Amino acid sequence: MSKILMKGNEAVGEAAIRAGCLHFFGYPITPQSEVPEYLARRLPEVGGVFVQAESEVAASNMIYGAAGVGVRVLTTSSSPGISLMAEALSYIAACELPVVLVNMMRAGPGLGGILPAQGDYLQATKGTAHGDFHLIVLAPSSVQEAVNLVMRAFELAENYRNPVMVIGDGMIGQMMEPVEFPEPAVGKPLDPGDWALTGCKDRPRRIVNSLYLDPEACNRHNFKLTAKWQRITEAEQRSESVYLDEPCDILLTSFGMTYRICKTAADELRAEGIKVGLFRPITLAPFPYQACRAAADRAGRILDVEMNMGQMLEDVKLAVQGTKSIDFLGTAGGVVPSPEDVAKKIREVLGSAPAKNASPKPAPQKKRKDKERA
Amino acid sequence: MASTEVLMAGFGGQGMLLSGKLLAHAAMEKGLEVSWLPSYGPEMRGGTANVTVCISDKPVASPYIVYPRALLVMNQPSLEKFAPRVKPGGLIVVNSSLVPVKSDRQDCQVVYVAANQVAQQAGTGRAANLVMLGVYVGWSEVVSLESTVRAIEEEFAEKAKFIPANVAAFKAGYEEGRKARGAKS
Repeated sequence: MSKILMKGNEAVGEAAIRAGCLHFFGYPITPQSEVPEYLARRLPEVGGVFVQAESEVAASNMIYGAAGVGVRVLTTSSSPGISLMAEALSYIAACELPVVLVNMMRAGPGLGGILPAQGDYLQATKGTAHGDFHLIVLAPSSVQEAVNLVMRAFELAENYRNPVMVIGDGMIGQMMEPVEFPEPAVGKPLDPGDWALTGCKDRPRRIVNSLYLDPEACNRHNFKLTAKWQRITEAEQRSESVYLDEPCDILLTSFGMTYRICKTAADELRAEGIKVGLFRPITLAPFPYQACRAAADRAGRILDVEMNMGQMLEDVKLAVQGTKSIDFLGTAGGVVPSPEDVAKKIREVLGSAPAKNASPKPAPQKKRKDKERA
Repeated sequence: MASTEVLMAGFGGQGMLLSGKLLAHAAMEKGLEVSWLPSYGPEMRGGTANVTVCISDKPVASPYIVYPRALLVMNQPSLEKFAPRVKPGGLIVVNSSLVPVKSDRQDCQVVYVAANQVAQQAGTGRAANLVMLGVYVGWSEVVSLESTVRAIEEEFAEKAKFIPANVAAFKAGYEEGRKARGAKS
């Protein structure tokens, strides 16, 4: 199939259909409303179900129900809407149901604004809702990668029976880029397996429920979920490292669209002879700590760039464990850092602490340089 | 070519986002990498709207560009806001039908085109955005006249009666762009 020019939001909707997802429940919110708009038109054409719920709370419980009866299901929203869905996501994770949701982040906190931001990193990766559970979180940095990761999200959700979030921002939702979709045009339906509520005629009944009043049983369930997360952590970390064939003066860490901005800044400075490397997690959860550490080991120091006030920064710090100086450049409110802003910050931090002769190897533990100046 | 960026700006409803899409479409068909990033503030018809199109022979890194190589403006607020950001040596195309002022940029080529009048002569005054696109394509030759015409035909496939006037407006703009290029060199 040849390339077509498509908005990120529309491409997300089409990717879901290619993955065999024919059920969508959601509620419109800028900057992701083109997803429900697209699917409201497309799903009836392919025999699917589109429901605009009365709220995000309702939509999230509809995906809970749909997943419980063993159909492949998607919802999409943006930051405040995701907060409203949080309670049901905890139930879905507890019941080990495969759902995929997309968060095209906008500025926060509160009602915030409709422009791009990355302020939901911690919510997505650490504290989506009550209880011990994790979402698998995937962060695309192009429209094509959004397509690939939405399709991959369904596989992961079903392989591990765990909710998966694809997290982007208003920019990737609103921008158009060329994309290719795999065949077939409509993916195969989900095999409802041995857990879905498909009618118990001629078989023992099944129960989808997250209520465990027996503390021992609830304890066991938590250990089971934790063991599953351990398997996911071991098998599913993905990341991209760029320009790290040789030691670099500075490593830029970023995710999603911010990575693209950092790439332009890196290319510009590399043309001047300043060695800039790049690292981005593709799975925000599980976070690729070892790969991040390996990238950091190639660098004199680190600059973390995000459209928030320093959220992934905490994971970068955990990965690096105090072996490198880490600076931070952040924006919020819908302000996007420009490549020039990133380049200026790189010059500033390298100027203040020349890294030309800095050791690319990890500093000895006793000489920890963990005084972040964020 | 290596890579280039153009910012197209005007009031919502003037069609600059569509002009950007046509350019991105034509460049994609040529096998180039493209991105189309619109402003999407709380805007509606009558508010300001703009789009940045990046075209490159390598994957586009940042689609968010503050300092573009070219600027097409359909209104005075956009000229005042964006003209100072155009890279030296770049191009500024001003729709003089709607913008009564001149740009003070001495280090860029500034082309004034009465896009509404040119479009009117081509068949419809509503295709001023296609005239502006034509000037840019004629000046930059980042994509060919033929490939842009094909993109217009595909975009308007379901409204085929609008194709001739839009193609004519684009071609009229293209001639203006070629002339401007010749005047420079």
